[in-house]
Amino acid sequence: MDSHYEVEFTVRGDDFLAAGEASNQIKETLIMLGVPSAISRRASVITYEAEMNLVIHSGGGTLRAVITPEKLTIQATDRGPGIPDLHLAMREGFSTAPDRVREMGFGAGMGLPNIKRNSDNLEIESEVGKGTTLTATILFHEGPGDRR
Amino acid sequence: MKLKEIVSCIGAEILYGENLLDTVEIENAYASDLMSDVLAFAWPGTLLLTGLTNVQIVRTAQMMDIPAVVFVRGKRPQEEAVSLAKNVGMPLLVSSMSMYETCGLLYKAGLSPCIIPSREA
Repeated sequence: MDSHYEVEFTVRGDDFLAAGEASNQIKETLIMLGVPSAISRRASVITYEAEMNLVIHSGGGTLRAVITPEKLTIQATDRGPGIPDLHLAMREGFSTAPDRVREMGFGAGMGLPNIKRNSDNLEIESEVGKGTTLTATILFHEGPGDRR
Repeated sequence: MKLKEIVSCIGAEILYGENLLDTVEIENAYASDLMSDVLAFAWPGTLLLTGLTNVQIVRTAQMMDIPAVVFVRGKRPQEEAVSLAKNVGMPLLVSSMSMYETCGLLYKAGLSPCIIPSREA
């Protein structure tokens, strides 16, 4: 594996047809780089939930993945409305998604908890009216297999 | 269990993937209309049963290495979902039965569930 590999995608807000394309590209990149499937699946949950959040809540943003021999860093950045109460947003079942999103099977308040569960480290910086940056890290050598 | 056996067990209509029925091996099944729950609880190699029909079903399956999807209650996936499934080689089946009945038949035939880990309070 190269010592540093980086991909970045623009995610459009409210584009539910394209939602998931960036995550799929990142998944393919990880597979191409020989990342084990248990790790690429964890990464997929993180990128896909983060991408859906960008589509649903933020009006769009960027999804970035940085891969080094030690770790994978996934970053979702937007200039959307921000998260007023992060503690509440992390709680399973809490959701602010509109009904039309729920009808598609999303917005059940599992997105951020799912991201946290699959990350070795998760940082969310958010300011109301300015936007949100989510940074999730997966360490490659923490231990074998799925953490589920 | 081969996908072919699943098709005959539930009398499914094959929307796409006729030529993959003999090659796709299914170990478990997971049924849900909540995609985040699929991302949280489904295991790789799992058959997904759902009543939702949008393109994100196929995306979710793709993310979780889910090899095939069954749409229950006779629901037919949207065109975009079918074309994405064709692109990624994911068989799509339709069961005319309810979620409960479809799952019941598969369980009886020996298809195992995905075990939900004990949840922290």
